[in-house]
Amino acid sequence: MKVAVLRFPGTNCEFDTEYAFEKLGHDVSIVWHNDTVLPDGIDLVIVPGGFSYGDYLRSGSIARFAPVMKAVSQYASKGGKVLGICNGFQILTEAGLLPGALKRNTNLHFISKYQHLKVTNTDNAFLNKFKSGDILYVPIAHADGNYYIDDEGLEELKANGQILLQYVDSDGNIDSINGSAEAIAGICNKEKNVFGLMPHPERAIEDILGSDDGINMLQGFAS
Amino acid sequence: MKAIVNVYLKQGVLDPQGKAAHHALESLGFHGIEDVRIGKQIVIKLGSVSKEEAITKVKEMSETLLANTVIEDYDIEIVQ
Repeated sequence: MKVAVLRFPGTNCEFDTEYAFEKLGHDVSIVWHNDTVLPDGIDLVIVPGGFSYGDYLRSGSIARFAPVMKAVSQYASKGGKVLGICNGFQILTEAGLLPGALKRNTNLHFISKYQHLKVTNTDNAFLNKFKSGDILYVPIAHADGNYYIDDEGLEELKANGQILLQYVDSDGNIDSINGSAEAIAGICNKEKNVFGLMPHPERAIEDILGSDDGINMLQGFAS
Repeated sequence: MKAIVNVYLKQGVLDPQGKAAHHALESLGFHGIEDVRIGKQIVIKLGSVSKEEAITKVKEMSETLLANTVIEDYDIEIVQ
């Protein structure tokens, strides 16, 4: 599989993401924000985590206008698969490729810790290796992860099976640690080719790091 | 010509920063506060354009970049 990982000024998870996909045996290229085209023949675009443009104005609000994002939108509109992780998720919502928005965490803290997540829907290219109800253990690290969507939008997400992951406690009970609607940690678009999540699967790729659930998540795209 | 854009979270969208400031004010003894909302102010200096042109331009800027209308409202004030 050929994977393109975007890089904006302030991105800081591009190399962890590259490492994770290379570990899975994929061919990874890092694509600069000023590029106007994506590499030929790619199977997946990753918008990685970090603090693009210093999170100025709103997280992701400036990155969404970077030249490469036009190419990403075109790629997505033709059914190409796109995954946004953390700041990448914020960029994809700002770009309108995913519904809703990410606000400041309710407790106003930057939350950085390992977090339990519940797999909610598996009928998609990302989480098809899991069963709905599976519990994963993956790090989160964000200040703006409080997912907001209006009631109508939330009903649509539910009806279409677009909720991918929810924050839960260690017993598997729903626990909205940052104020997110329905404790949402990750969603996809209606067409199920654009994915976004706040947790960092690329940081949970070996037992020695505390969990290898993340690498199993990223593996989903190859099947 | 100067345009002042005020951006704030929509009514009904929880404003955690406003809430924290509200609590802080109350614990300082300022009572009778109904609500506190925190937003941001963006000041844009424009060249010599008419007031109408300025409003049209700044409205487009606000819709495109300055506000995320999924969660935020904005208002525009044109001065001198």
